[in-house]
Amino acid sequence: MHQKTVCELRDVTYVYPGGASDDSGTPRPALRNVSFSVYEGEWLALLGSNGSGKSTLAKHLNALLVPTQGDCVVHGMSTKEEKNTFLIRSLVAMVFQNPENQIVGTVVEEDTAFGPENQGIPPEEIEARVETALKVTGLIGKRKKPTYTLSGGEKQRLAVAGALAMETPCLVLDEPTAMLDPTGRDDLLTVLGNLHAAGKTIVSITHRLEEILRCDRAVVLHAGEVVWEGSISALFLTNGSFREWGLDTPPLAAFWRDLQSENRIDLPSIPSIPGLVDALCQ
Amino acid sequence: MKFFNHLTFGQYVPSESLVHSLDPRCKIISVLVLLTGIFVVKHPAVFALWGVLLGCITAAARLPFRLVLRSAKPVLILVLFTASIHIFFTEGDPLLQVGFIRITRQGLVMAAYMGLRLLFLVLFASFLTLTTRPMELADGLERLFSPFVRFGFPAHELAMMMTIALRFIPTLLDETDRIMRAQLARGASFDRGGLWKRLKAFLPVLIPLFVIVFQRAEDLAVAMEARCYRGGAGRTRMYPLCWEKKDTAALGAVLTLVVLLVIGDRRLFF
Repeated sequence: MHQKTVCELRDVTYVYPGGASDDSGTPRPALRNVSFSVYEGEWLALLGSNGSGKSTLAKHLNALLVPTQGDCVVHGMSTKEEKNTFLIRSLVAMVFQNPENQIVGTVVEEDTAFGPENQGIPPEEIEARVETALKVTGLIGKRKKPTYTLSGGEKQRLAVAGALAMETPCLVLDEPTAMLDPTGRDDLLTVLGNLHAAGKTIVSITHRLEEILRCDRAVVLHAGEVVWEGSISALFLTNGSFREWGLDTPPLAAFWRDLQSENRIDLPSIPSIPGLVDALCQ
Repeated sequence: MKFFNHLTFGQYVPSESLVHSLDPRCKIISVLVLLTGIFVVKHPAVFALWGVLLGCITAAARLPFRLVLRSAKPVLILVLFTASIHIFFTEGDPLLQVGFIRITRQGLVMAAYMGLRLLFLVLFASFLTLTTRPMELADGLERLFSPFVRFGFPAHELAMMMTIALRFIPTLLDETDRIMRAQLARGASFDRGGLWKRLKAFLPVLIPLFVIVFQRAEDLAVAMEARCYRGGAGRTRMYPLCWEKKDTAALGAVLTLVVLLVIGDRRLFF
């Protein structure tokens, strides 16, 4: 199984400065004693309903936020030490929910090059990285196009391309499909699947369970706390907890779980359509 | 229906033309020279030559002439306002007098000059943004201002601010458009009533727009930090600026043309 730890959160508690307080006036933490690890080469799904602390947690992995208590260690470096910040961001790239708010360049290739330029990479290498990143994300044909001409799905793939061009071993995506139509979502998930197959460590933040079928593992956050951690198949077998966590069970997963409880046929390890069709046909 | 689909100022139009391939520093200096020249000339024949020059640059940049002309659309009101001021408030030989309103020959001439100057100013300036990527433009400005960095001038910060401002023009126009349509759907009216009523009607557009702008600015700052941005220190470029012979030739040609036009103007006018 996965051994090498990429990111490790140790009892992380985070309180937003000037954030919400409880009735007694004590500041309410956005994250409370969160501990888990991300291992090299895995695709980890970070699940939770709105306000569960997913995005706050994602920002810790990239040193955009520093724990109020506890520690976040990325590739052996604590995010608390300012001298590590640049190096940590060169190792963990982030893609945010709204692509419109993370595009800096006016032309596709210019925006893709923004990260490597900040990293101080030589020009020839930047060009090579941009070309590769645009090929992987299927945007090579739009290399010279102005960014405002791209569709929503293409803009999100551009954001991924910008992160890929930084050649970080780990990629954190904060609800990357939230603003995409089904086609854009499928395209992006295909790109992520290919990256994962190529060995990239991916942390995908979402509240849509149907998007995590290809992930290796899941961590569920609820009210700023980790309430569940384990494999995807085990997650879908956790009966009845989804509602409690503010998540919806996809119909396919519910069907798969019901079949599992019948224990009459050999089912695939995760509730995928082709797997279920195969199992039922047999 | 789109409210802002004809605005082109500030938008880069990609092309493989000679003008596009020039160093941004060459284009910035050339445009400054051209703009200075525009404010010096006075003779109508020379104004016509400026028009020809505009056409030549448009052709060399392989841009549709209509698109270049559209760049002037946002400033047409300013041009008309300036021209009206000159028509009605310039002293001279009266051509027409109705009550206290008096139009003079000198006023009409001044109005035509100032209107044309403003138009040419915007049109020539728009070449800079139409043919240069904002990032290149910012790099060019940063390099031109770099000698002043030792005196504390924030050259990089200024250049980055300009890039982002230009990058967000289409986005914010879209956003304004969306808010206006949303307000129209809720019964707002932007084209009825007097000036005060119309201005008041824009308040429900401006407030959400400002909120969105601040939210976007914050999100962008976070996204830039996440992409290792830490100012100009240690930053490299995918296409580093490189001054070539063609840049020297182009700048020389512009300088020569402007000097010739100014000399010609002096000879014709005086």
